[in-house]
Amino acid sequence: MAVASADQTGARPTRAGRRLSAPSWAGPLPFLAYVAIFLIWPIGIVVVDALKNPSGAWAPSNLSEFGNSLVRGYFIGSLKLCVLSSVLGAVLGAILAYAIASGDPDGPVRRIYLAVSGVLAQFGGVTLAFAFQALIGPAGLLFHASWYYNFPWGIGVIYIYFQVPLMVLVFLPAIDGVKVQWREASENLGSSTWQYWRYVGGPLLWPAFLGGLLLLFANALSAFATIQAWENQIAYIVPQQISTSLSSEVGLSNVNVADLLALGMIVMVVIVMTVYALLQRRAARWLR
Amino acid sequence: MAAITTLGETPITPPASGQRGVHGRRRRRLNAFRYVVFAVFALFFILPLLAMARFSFEGAKLGTWSLSAWKQITAYQGSSGIPPLSSAVEITLELAVITCGVILVLLVPTMIWVRLRVQWLSRAIEFLCLLPLTIPSIVLVVGLGPIYNKIQHYSLSALMLFWIYVILALPYAYRALSAGLGAIDVTTISEAARSLGASWFTVMVRVIAPNMRQAILNAMLLSFSLVLGEFTIAFLLLYSNLQVELYSISRNTPNAGVIFSTSFAVLLFAFVLLLILSYAGRFRRGRG
Repeated sequence: MAVASADQTGARPTRAGRRLSAPSWAGPLPFLAYVAIFLIWPIGIVVVDALKNPSGAWAPSNLSEFGNSLVRGYFIGSLKLCVLSSVLGAVLGAILAYAIASGDPDGPVRRIYLAVSGVLAQFGGVTLAFAFQALIGPAGLLFHASWYYNFPWGIGVIYIYFQVPLMVLVFLPAIDGVKVQWREASENLGSSTWQYWRYVGGPLLWPAFLGGLLLLFANALSAFATIQAWENQIAYIVPQQISTSLSSEVGLSNVNVADLLALGMIVMVVIVMTVYALLQRRAARWLR
Repeated sequence: MAAITTLGETPITPPASGQRGVHGRRRRRLNAFRYVVFAVFALFFILPLLAMARFSFEGAKLGTWSLSAWKQITAYQGSSGIPPLSSAVEITLELAVITCGVILVLLVPTMIWVRLRVQWLSRAIEFLCLLPLTIPSIVLVVGLGPIYNKIQHYSLSALMLFWIYVILALPYAYRALSAGLGAIDVTTISEAARSLGASWFTVMVRVIAPNMRQAILNAMLLSFSLVLGEFTIAFLLLYSNLQVELYSISRNTPNAGVIFSTSFAVLLFAFVLLLILSYAGRFRRGRG
């Protein structure tokens, strides 16, 4: 290495003269090419194939399949599960975040809960379904919950397990941003606790709360492994049906079902994330 | 009202003295609320894990204790013709290592280069890196079908999954690396190195990269733990990795002890990785 750099030092004047021949924007090209092939291209394939029929001809009329009651059923299932798990997850996560934030900022409780949240927010997949199966499944250790295989409640409880920690991670900075002085100021003006939350704290935290809720929604929307390990016979939500139609030819004829459903999911995600970005901007105003 | 009178009586006393009266009562109520919340959530988070651990020590007869499920991790053999569980563990670990390597070679130089020479690309790179976080992997897998058909022309090995795992790991690696890059003065360091005659290669590999060792380690550990838990893409592209193998064992033999012991082992492993992640930085800072 030392020799090589010594050589390059000697050659520097000529290299400097030739630098124009290798433009600086060429540096990220390998990365961009990789992302184009394995991220942009697949998304493009989904969008294009959703608008074609299996023989390859353009068929924008495929989109009318979203009106099909069967297809709509999967989206309604997805919506049910996402709304249930994100609303409950956001409310519970906000309560937990408030409990954490009102304690000692350097205390062990806060550090433990933050570290654990970081781990558990990522802890999903097949393993999580096994854990709940061991706890409240048919041979459950704690008790056998009769609603364990009930959609959306049984799977919703399992989803909340990773939704709450995610909400804590997202919402805690917002609560930390609420200044004690605001509370004191409103008390000096004679407000009660309820009035403080109704007119000061609530409106301040509302955008951040909604933002967190949307993030949880998107998180639940894309989860697949957990529900697949929980119940693989019946397709309740869109990802399950995508999986089914990828592995079998049964389904709507004349339509690339998997691509169409995937396109529907992309649209949902884009809407959710756009609103999320707008809310984040609004939430950031007070929390600087 | 109480707040106003106390303020009027002792104008100089700081707010800390408000431990008695309304403030004291509120503080006590808040603390009671906090402890209840912490206890309830701790139970909710710990119980499923405990249940999983207990099931992994279940003996042949219900309610007995045994280590057999843990011994099975290396020896478990499903029905004939299926490779043993240990080969799935091996494949997954190899995949994790390859993914980390590719991320290191692909992303680190790109990010440094963009920071140094092509600032105007940085927003685009950030967008591309965070995109996989919003696009569900079930959507990606639909579009990946045709691409993986081509890859399977050349190799059928499950190791080929690394191409897409790199994409999945991008958001986590990007955030870790971007925090690391933000913490050092890249421009000054690289100008110093350049004016001493270092080539761009030397600047990256021997000057900047060692300065962000912690961030690179974080990026690697996060990518590694992501690959350990990946299910969706491997399952739908019909590859077998650890999670897919656990899933199919649980389908064939519900409540097989080995799925609980292996899941628990993987979870512990991921937890240790994250512990390393949070402590490695502290030690290095202490030494420096």
